[in-house]
Amino acid sequence: MLDTPARETGTGSGTTWTRKDLLDTDTLSREEIDLVLQTARGMKEVRSRPVAKVSTLRGVTVATLFYEQSTRTRASFEVAAKSLGADVVNLTASGSSVEKGESLIDTVRTLEAIGTDVIVMRHFRSGAPYLAARHTGASIINGGDGTHAHPTQALLDLFTMVSHLGSVEGRRVVIVGDILHSRVARSNAWTLLRLGADVTLCGPATLLPRWFVPEVPGGGRCTVTTDFDRAIEGADVVMALRMQKERQQRGLIPSLREYIAGYQVNARRLERAAPGALLMHPGPMNEGVELSPDVAHGAQSRIEEQVANGVAVRMALLYLIAARSRA
Amino acid sequence: MSGVRYLGPEEIARTIRRLGHEIIESNRGTDGLVLVGLLSRGYPLARRLAAAIREFEGVEVPVGALDIGLYRDDVAQRGTPPPVRPSDIPVSIDGKTVVLVDDVLFTGRSARAALDALLDFGRPARVRLCVLVDRGHRELPIRPDFVGKNIPTALVQRVRVRLSETDGEDAVYVYGGEEGDA
Repeated sequence: MLDTPARETGTGSGTTWTRKDLLDTDTLSREEIDLVLQTARGMKEVRSRPVAKVSTLRGVTVATLFYEQSTRTRASFEVAAKSLGADVVNLTASGSSVEKGESLIDTVRTLEAIGTDVIVMRHFRSGAPYLAARHTGASIINGGDGTHAHPTQALLDLFTMVSHLGSVEGRRVVIVGDILHSRVARSNAWTLLRLGADVTLCGPATLLPRWFVPEVPGGGRCTVTTDFDRAIEGADVVMALRMQKERQQRGLIPSLREYIAGYQVNARRLERAAPGALLMHPGPMNEGVELSPDVAHGAQSRIEEQVANGVAVRMALLYLIAARSRA
Repeated sequence: MSGVRYLGPEEIARTIRRLGHEIIESNRGTDGLVLVGLLSRGYPLARRLAAAIREFEGVEVPVGALDIGLYRDDVAQRGTPPPVRPSDIPVSIDGKTVVLVDDVLFTGRSARAALDALLDFGRPARVRLCVLVDRGHRELPIRPDFVGKNIPTALVQRVRVRLSETDGEDAVYVYGGEEGDA
């Protein structure tokens, strides 16, 4: 522990953050990802203090603008911003002028006009944060858009993996569930492949992407499969996704029972992964569906840790983005 | 732009031994003493001071690492966010004598930031400042308690401390401007 600070300064501080927005992980370089992880380590230390608060972002206003419900992402961002001394304004689609039909562009411009520096945005439409970013000088952080991207989740997942595995290079990560509709799977694939991990996307054929497999030149390899029992063999990380019950109503899975039989992470399956493999889930969990309760709360579960790490990683991103925009 | 070397490995080693003696003399021993080095180069200096004190006194003085990235006042001027690394203060500093250790004292702004950072970890009885090099040009009312070497410099010059732990050699260089008159 005491050796790390000196060693890290030798190489880690070369990259600087220049981005106004964080919309997805697909364009982040390896160096930028490393900078986020390194900064998050510092933030995690701040979070571990008796008084877990600094005043670095005093005078910065962060707005959370959520067009879709969320517990952990919104709360996590609010705690992160407040831990850095920023002021936070929370807006949801219900109870704001959005209900009166105010457009997204008008809403973000209004937020900018009242002095908001950073807008954390969640929207049910894929791509909405990109539209917002083009129409405001405020920074936009994508807190999840439709079925497209969830970059802060991917970075906190990566942070959790790296803190256990040291590095993800050459490791194998299996993501299982509704890949087709999962912004978490997509954003995770980009960061993991970029850092040299091999990614297996696994689920029933109806819930797998048919035409799109992420590819990162010089990075890890991405494979897509329906055979979970084979995919989990020797995996270093197993990430289960939330199975939305409405998928069954839409006929994408024959029945929940069949999904569980083929794709639930349970003790029997987890045993076939690498010894000490990390079990992850972006939450909220359907216990008994994508995860059996014993593994969800078992020794290999990193699920609560993911939530705690989320605050540190979001602090890092708010810091990098807000400190840059003040210059 | 060529640098002038002001200190080499032997001089740095001797200076650290002297600073170690001065610290324990001023503290009347090692009781309640905690050395806290600023990241990145103050920290290896603090460890070397602790090693010197161990040699003289046979006592292991606790050493901490302090990152001041979140406490700097020049974020807007820099244009890029300063790096942030974990601090590591291994013992409670309440009621202790904390010696902050850094490589170069210049404007005093790092020392100011370090005081803010340190006080977030507790309430020391007293805080002292130890630097390997004091190059002058203070912008804040801050003065060091223990100084390895005073190197008068022009404002345009740069002072670079290189340590084997972080840079692969022990040396102090001054770059640029007219040559300083040490």
